[in-house]
Amino acid sequence: MMEGTVEERLEALRETALGDFPGTDAGDETIIYVGTATCGRSSGSLEVVSAFEDSVKMLGIKARIIEVGCHGHCYAEPMAIVSKPGWPPIMYGYVTPNRVQSLMKRFFNDEDPALEWALGAMEENDLIPTVYETPRWAMEQRRLLKNCGAIDPENINHYIALGGYAGLANALNMEPSEIIEEMKKAGLRGLGGAGFVTGRKWYICRKVPQFPKYVICNADEGDPGAFMDRTILESDPHSVIEGMIIAGRAIGAESGYIYVRKEYPRAVSIMGKAVSQARELGLLGEDILGSRTCFDIKINQGAGAFVCGEETALMTSIEGKRGMPKPRPPYPANKGLWGNPTVINNVKTLASVSKILVHGSEEFASVGTENCRGTAVFALAGKIQNAGLVEVAFGTMLREVIFDIGGGTPPLIKTSQVAGEPSKPVKKKFKAVQIGGPSGGCLPDSLLDIPISFDTIMETGAIMGSGGMVVLDEDNCIVETSRYFLEFTQNESCGKCTFCRIGTKHMLNILTNITRGTGCMEDLDLLEELAATIKQGSLCNLGKTSPNPILTTLKYFREEYEAHILEARCPSLECKDLIAYYILPEKCQRACDACVGSCPTEAIYTRKDRLKAIDQEKCVKCACCIDACPAQYDAVIKISPICDLPESEPRDDTPSEEDKT
Amino acid sequence: METVSLIINGKKIVTEKSKKILWAALENGIFIPHLCAVPESPLPFGGCRLCFVEIEGVKGPVTSCTEEVAAGMVVHTRTESVLRLAGMAFELIMSRHPIICKECPANKKCALQDIAREMGFKLKPKRLPQILPELPVDDSHPLFIYNPNLCVLCGQCVYICNEVVKQARLDFNFRGFETQVGTFQNRPLADSRCNSCLKCVEACPVGALSKK
Repeated sequence: MMEGTVEERLEALRETALGDFPGTDAGDETIIYVGTATCGRSSGSLEVVSAFEDSVKMLGIKARIIEVGCHGHCYAEPMAIVSKPGWPPIMYGYVTPNRVQSLMKRFFNDEDPALEWALGAMEENDLIPTVYETPRWAMEQRRLLKNCGAIDPENINHYIALGGYAGLANALNMEPSEIIEEMKKAGLRGLGGAGFVTGRKWYICRKVPQFPKYVICNADEGDPGAFMDRTILESDPHSVIEGMIIAGRAIGAESGYIYVRKEYPRAVSIMGKAVSQARELGLLGEDILGSRTCFDIKINQGAGAFVCGEETALMTSIEGKRGMPKPRPPYPANKGLWGNPTVINNVKTLASVSKILVHGSEEFASVGTENCRGTAVFALAGKIQNAGLVEVAFGTMLREVIFDIGGGTPPLIKTSQVAGEPSKPVKKKFKAVQIGGPSGGCLPDSLLDIPISFDTIMETGAIMGSGGMVVLDEDNCIVETSRYFLEFTQNESCGKCTFCRIGTKHMLNILTNITRGTGCMEDLDLLEELAATIKQGSLCNLGKTSPNPILTTLKYFREEYEAHILEARCPSLECKDLIAYYILPEKCQRACDACVGSCPTEAIYTRKDRLKAIDQEKCVKCACCIDACPAQYDAVIKISPICDLPESEPRDDTPSEEDKT
Repeated sequence: METVSLIINGKKIVTEKSKKILWAALENGIFIPHLCAVPESPLPFGGCRLCFVEIEGVKGPVTSCTEEVAAGMVVHTRTESVLRLAGMAFELIMSRHPIICKECPANKKCALQDIAREMGFKLKPKRLPQILPELPVDDSHPLFIYNPNLCVLCGQCVYICNEVVKQARLDFNFRGFETQVGTFQNRPLADSRCNSCLKCVEACPVGALSKK
C-alpha cells in the first residue's frame, strides 16, 4: 500500500490518473467525446457512439471514443466533441449516426470539419468561432457543472486528473471546526430548495454529543421537469462523494447514505461504480489517504414515492419504514437517522463543497449576492427554445435566464401563406414561468425583472425549490397548469396529515370543475381558504407548498379563472370542455380533403357548397384537423366559449360520383 | 420531578418539564381537539392537525402535541387563527366521514362528537362536499368488526399494534387520499394472525373498530 502524507498519496494517484486522461494534448490521437447520460441516450447517443466506432474503424484512424456525461444542452442532444490533432476541439449538436459517417469522412479525408453542424469550438482559435460567444455559454457561470460533459463519469482517474479529491486532501489536513468555519464563510446555502446555510447545519450537528452520526445525500429528485441532480450524479459522481466525505469529517460521521430514486437507473449504477472505485483507491473506507479518517457510503434506492424527498420521510424510508414525514423539530441535525444526529444535504450542495475547500471560501463567495453566494442551477423546460440545464450566479435576472440564455419561447416555422414570400418563424407569446416545480409558483412576465435568490423568489409566492423552470406560452391555460401540478402533489401525498390528504383532493376537484366550466365564483373563495389553511396547517413541506401554484395563479392570473367560470371561456383555448373546433368557410378550399382523412371519428363532412365542416356531436377535439389543414389555408380554428360557434351548415346530400356507379 | 409554570388561556398551570402543551392543557381541564396524539409516544404522530394553539412570541399557530411547555410561556387555545385551522381540519375530516351517528357503534363516545360539542363545530361540513369512501367492511374476525369507511386515519390502532403490543398486524396501506389502515396486503383480519388482544378496538376514537 501507499506511504506518505495525504498530499503525497493524492499526488501519486494524480500521476497515474493523468496517464489515463487525454486532456487537451493527446499527441497524434483524435479524441471523440460523446455525451451518454440519460438525456443523451434517450436521443440516441449510444447509436452515435457505435457510428463513431464504425467510422474510426473504416477510416483507419487513430482515435479514442470516450463516453462522457451531460453538457446540459438538452435541445442539441446528442452532442459530441471531436478533438483532432491540429484542430481545436469542436462541439457538434443534433448528431445522428448518418451525420457521424459523413462528418468523419469530410473531416478526416478532406480536412473539412463540417462547420454547418458544429455549435462551435471549445478553445480560442483563428478558424472557428467558439461556443463561448453564444449567450447560452457566455452568460452562464459553470462551476458546479464544470466537469459535466468533460469527464468519463465511470472512470475515477478523469476526476482526479482534473484536480478531484484535492478538496478532500485539504479537508483532511484541517481541523473539523476549521472546515465548518470555511463553509460558513463561503455562505453556501442548501441548494435542495430550502436554502438553509450549510455551514450552520454542519455546526449544529457537530455540536450534538451523540454517536454515530450520519451524512445523507438527498438524491430523490422528483419534481416534474427538474433533472439537475440526475445530471450531476451521472456526469460528475465523485464531486458528490468527495463532498460527503468532507461533511463526514466535519461533523464526525463515519458513514453516509446516498438516497437516489430508482427511476434513475443510470445514476444508481454510475454512483455504485464511483463508490467502489473510490474505495479501491483508498478514498473511501478505513484510513482515507493515510489520515486515519474513516468514511464509507451506502447507496439506498427510493421506491418511487415523491414525498421521500422530504428529509424526515427520506430517513424513515432508509430505516425500512413507510416513507412518511415526521413533525420537526427535532431536526435531523439533532435527531435524524435512527435517532442519531444526521446532516442531510442535496446533491448540488454536496457537489459544491469540494470547490470551496480547493479554492477557498473567498473565491466561492465572490460570486452571487449578499445573502446567496455562488451559483444556482436551473432546469429549463416547457415552451423554451434552449431547454436544458443552466447554471448562473445568484443575482442574475430571471428575464436573462429565460430570454437570453433560454432563448424565449421556441420559434414555430409556418409555411408562408403567400407564394414566394420566405417563411418567417413565429414566436408564441410568453405567458408565465413555473418556478420550483409543483411546490412553486407561476410568475407572469411583469415579475421577471428580479435578481434570482432564495428570498426574492420567495417574495413572489414561488420558491427556488429544486430549480425547475417550466415556461408556459399563450397556448397554456393557467387553470389547467395549476390543476396539473396539483394533481401531481395530490397523487404523491403520503396520506398522513388531514390537510394534505383530504384538502388537496377538494382543491383538485374544484379546479377540475373550473376547467370543465362547471365552477362558480364561490368556488374561488373556498379554493383560497383551502389553499391558505393547507399552506399553514400541513405537517410537511409537500403539503405546505402544494397550494403555491394555485395561490400564485389566483394572484397573477385571476381573470383567467373568472373567464372559465363566468363566460365558460378558456382564454388559452386549451380546456377541452370549453372549446370547439371550427372550419372557417372563407379560408377552407373546395378542392382540399386533408382534414377529412385526418379525423379519427369521421366528424368532418362536406357542406352543400363543397366546403368542409365539423359535426360537433362526433368531434373529440383531438386537434388532428388543425395539424392536417395545409398552412396556406390555415382554416381550422378553436373557438371558446362554445356558444360563439356559428350555426352549422347542412350536409351535401347529393350522392357522390362513386355512389352513382 | 422538575416543573415549570406557564399560562394557558389565562390560567396558571404548573406541570412537568418537557411535557407537551396538549397534555398539560388536558390535564388541567382545558380542551384542545386532538385525534392522533398518544401520551406515551416519545415522538408525536402529528397527523390529525386539530390541536393547534398560539404561543405568544411565536409566529402563527403550532400543534400543541409537538411543542413542549416552557417556563413563562403564554398559550391561547381559541384564537381566530387557531379556530380557522382547526375548523378547516375538522371540516376536512368530516368531509370524508359518513355522518351516521345513530347506527354507529361509537355513538355518544365518539371523539368527533366530543370535538364538535366542545368546539362548537358542525358535524356536517358546511362548505365542503362529502367524498365518502365505499370500502368493504371486514367482519372476518370473531371478536371485532373493522369498518374502514368510519376510519379517520389517526393511527392510534397502528401505534398500539406496533409499538405497545408489538404485533405489527396493522399499518397504513395505499397512499394519499386512498390511504387506509389495514393488514399486510390488505388481507382479512382473520387471516392476519391477530392475537385478539383488542387493544386497537379500545384505542379507536371513532367507530371504525368495534367489538362484536
